[in-house]
Amino acid sequence: MSTDGELEVVGRPLPRVDAVARVTGTARYADDLQLPRMLHARILRSPHPHARILSVDTAAARRIPGVKAVLTGMDLPIRYGIMPVSQDERALEFEKVRFVGDPVAAVAAVDEETAAAALDAIRVSYEPLQPVMSIEEALRDPVDEPIHDPALTRQRGNVHRLVSYEFGDVEAGFAAADHVREDLFFYQGNTHLPMEQHSALATYEDGRLTLWSSTQVVHYVHRALAKVLELPMHRIRVIGAAHGGGFGGKTDPFSHEIVVAKLAMVTGRPVRCTLTREEVFYAHRGRHPVLIWMRTGVTREGRITAMHVRTALDGGAYGSYGPATVFYTGTLQTVTYAIPAYKFEGVRLFTNKAPCGPKRGHGTPQGRFAIELHLEKIARELGLDPVELRRRNYVRPFTRAVNWLRVTSCGLEECTEKVLQASGYRGRPRRPGHGMGFAASAYMSGAGTPIYWNDMPHSEVQLKLDRTGVTAYCGAMDIGQGSDTVLATVVAEELGLRPADVRLVTADTDATPVDLGSYSSRVTFMAGNAALEAARRMRRLLVEAVAEATGVQGDLDEIEVREGRVGEVSFEQACQLATTRFGALSTSGSYRPPRIAGPFKGSGVGPSPAYSYTACVVDLDADARTGLIRVNKVWIAHDVGRAINPLAVKGQVEGSVYMALGEALMEEQVYRKGRHKWPSMLEYKSPTVLEMPEIETFLVETVDPEGPYGAKEAGQGPLLPVIPAINAAVFDALGIWIDETPITPEKVLRALDARARGQEARYGPRRFPDVDYGAPIRVDPPDPHDLRVGEELERAFAAAGR
Amino acid sequence: MLNELQRPVHREVLLLRVNGEEHQVLVPVHATLLEVLREQLGLTGTKHGCELGECGTCTVLVDGRPQLSCLLLPVQLEGHEITTVEGLGSPAHLHPLQQAFLELGAVQCGYCTPGMLLAAKALLDRNPKPGRRQIEEALAGNLCRCTGYATIVDAVELAARRMGA
Repeated sequence: MSTDGELEVVGRPLPRVDAVARVTGTARYADDLQLPRMLHARILRSPHPHARILSVDTAAARRIPGVKAVLTGMDLPIRYGIMPVSQDERALEFEKVRFVGDPVAAVAAVDEETAAAALDAIRVSYEPLQPVMSIEEALRDPVDEPIHDPALTRQRGNVHRLVSYEFGDVEAGFAAADHVREDLFFYQGNTHLPMEQHSALATYEDGRLTLWSSTQVVHYVHRALAKVLELPMHRIRVIGAAHGGGFGGKTDPFSHEIVVAKLAMVTGRPVRCTLTREEVFYAHRGRHPVLIWMRTGVTREGRITAMHVRTALDGGAYGSYGPATVFYTGTLQTVTYAIPAYKFEGVRLFTNKAPCGPKRGHGTPQGRFAIELHLEKIARELGLDPVELRRRNYVRPFTRAVNWLRVTSCGLEECTEKVLQASGYRGRPRRPGHGMGFAASAYMSGAGTPIYWNDMPHSEVQLKLDRTGVTAYCGAMDIGQGSDTVLATVVAEELGLRPADVRLVTADTDATPVDLGSYSSRVTFMAGNAALEAARRMRRLLVEAVAEATGVQGDLDEIEVREGRVGEVSFEQACQLATTRFGALSTSGSYRPPRIAGPFKGSGVGPSPAYSYTACVVDLDADARTGLIRVNKVWIAHDVGRAINPLAVKGQVEGSVYMALGEALMEEQVYRKGRHKWPSMLEYKSPTVLEMPEIETFLVETVDPEGPYGAKEAGQGPLLPVIPAINAAVFDALGIWIDETPITPEKVLRALDARARGQEARYGPRRFPDVDYGAPIRVDPPDPHDLRVGEELERAFAAAGR
Repeated sequence: MLNELQRPVHREVLLLRVNGEEHQVLVPVHATLLEVLREQLGLTGTKHGCELGECGTCTVLVDGRPQLSCLLLPVQLEGHEITTVEGLGSPAHLHPLQQAFLELGAVQCGYCTPGMLLAAKALLDRNPKPGRRQIEEALAGNLCRCTGYATIVDAVELAARRMGA
């Protein structure tokens, strides 16, 4: 960066720093790693959706030549789980199984075939229990027994979590409305489908465990291993291998990671386990199926006076991130639209399916789908333009929402204008079967609170500088989104280098300080800020050394650090001067979001130091004869704050649009008779290149005051508006509402058929189940202009006795 | 039921030609080309996503034609020329396709990239000036979950232009 603040490498569309390794096949992913004497592990999984385990007989398996170890649940009895409130999984279960695919036993053998044969030889005796396969079933009294022990969940039956909040006076809000509307929506579950199957390799040498894994979060795997294996954290090293795609699906600690670690400890040999594609479907942690009921009051002009949202989540067999997901289905609506009074009730239920968790957008695509279509319907009912109705309710930058979420930079208006202009949405031609739809959204740039409660930084970066150059160390895991490139770019910007000049060590718990991992769209914002701080400290030391050695007097800020030079000397010379002056240098930087959350229990889910904003228009043709939808083009504008690397940001936006199209039109995780209906890539339909429309992307830069160089997130937010925009466009084309995902031809034809028979021109859920959400926690809304955060906010709460 | 180990495994010595090099290997006749490439020859650039012929990730070239290595048996392949991503270019001498993928951001996680590159190479070798639709058809059997495909198609177009220039 020059002394006048002009950016040199930030904002340039440079290739990723690891691109050569990834185009030449030399990047080493977890399953590419081999060590001498390595054993292969396989995991035996339950064929029953719900059953008690009566016995596990491994004697025959142990006798097979080449089998080196067999584990059952008794070897790994300690429960774990990503969230402290939901420690409900075992690496191998010995009491009961809760879904088809639940791990029961594991084998390490000289090769995979021997391990597979040993699994066949293990005899497990089950007592099947009545499976619970839907939200409705989960709300009834259990036939045999609840899926989880109510002593652990502290809830009735199969309820996992309940939340209930009322912000402001909702009843008064509805009383003030000219018009009130209710709608029901269903968002189907779907899965991440990363191209890479999960894989992990462990060694145990000199009393120390090392695990390489295709994980998004080395720190959380580290914690889970320490807990289950009862080893101190300093005797465990977790390294993120080159990553073949996550999208949220590799954000939990997994059974196979713990199993290979234990097997390495038992056998004294390296052990690797790579899941089959079918097992990846069972690992899941994907999109929760969610039923959503919405009731909104508006004035004649379309201004929202109150909103009431109820959600019911089908969580699958375990907790995973579910306690957060249930909040996310109802929390972020308020950072897009100014809602003066808001009531939100949510329930997450256990069912005997593969566990749901965080997928790109984590709980918010379901709520976003509902609110966008709901507002679309309200506008049409009032005879208002659906875009105009939204705009009248858009949040303003630098305000605080009714549920205390603080909004800073907000480019919603600009994003909207961009896509309206480019798409010609307003003056669109009318022809049969053709439609256009609009939607808007917001997403977090990292969660404001950590998963396990602590006051430590969320991200830490260390820089080392010696006579050979600079190296950055950070626990962040590049899962393909380009976080390594962002780290290198930030350090390079501050030290006047090119990103390729910065050596990186990332995602290695021995070598790198903690970063909480690649989830929640947090890495650019948080690791970027930590890198910025570390690099600015290093720059200062370099400049001091150079000034002293070259006899420069006066303001050190006047010394230019750019284009490989520090003042009058080259960067290389500067490194030598600095090492001469100080010895090898190290600096560190860290980032912890300020306290933003409101003064109430549960306020920790939703706050983020900054929100990204997106608007989108979809153009499609819908065939009334076949029910087929053909998306022609998507215009999308994303407020990313600042694009540190526009090539990478555009890649995230386009990838999000792609994933949204899959969810909107074909992807669904469906069960039949207790089993996953299609755990294969052939039958689980996802878009190929032939299904992809043209995408026109606009990056809007609002330069957020807290983001590194003003940057906000880009990896998840752009998925959100695409899905409801497609449903709105289908209505525009055919005059029917498909109030659920995915929009299959069958649903289109059923809605058309309903209309032909004089019924409601709609396909979607008909009733919302009776749920006792309990009395809401009532919260007084903040002053919308009170932007205090951190200690200032905490002092204010203390003074008010909150 | 007999388990796998009780059935005798038949193995054969084969001479495989991969990326212009000859390799003598002893393989069980049921082992797939994917397994032999990755586990015996150390050519881990070839990835796998399903091992059932559904995703295109393990695409290699056999005599210049794109094939799914998870569905091929090496016993069929003696006397044929096999090309993997390691044979496409090296870090010092990238193939124009590799260069274009890198420049245009057609690589995110990179896991589908080797298969995409080889499917694209097979196309350009038989049709040096493909239209966009022809590129899409040639890549339709290769899934990618990161990019949304547009940059991949752009990169193939760019490489074709450069190779024709």
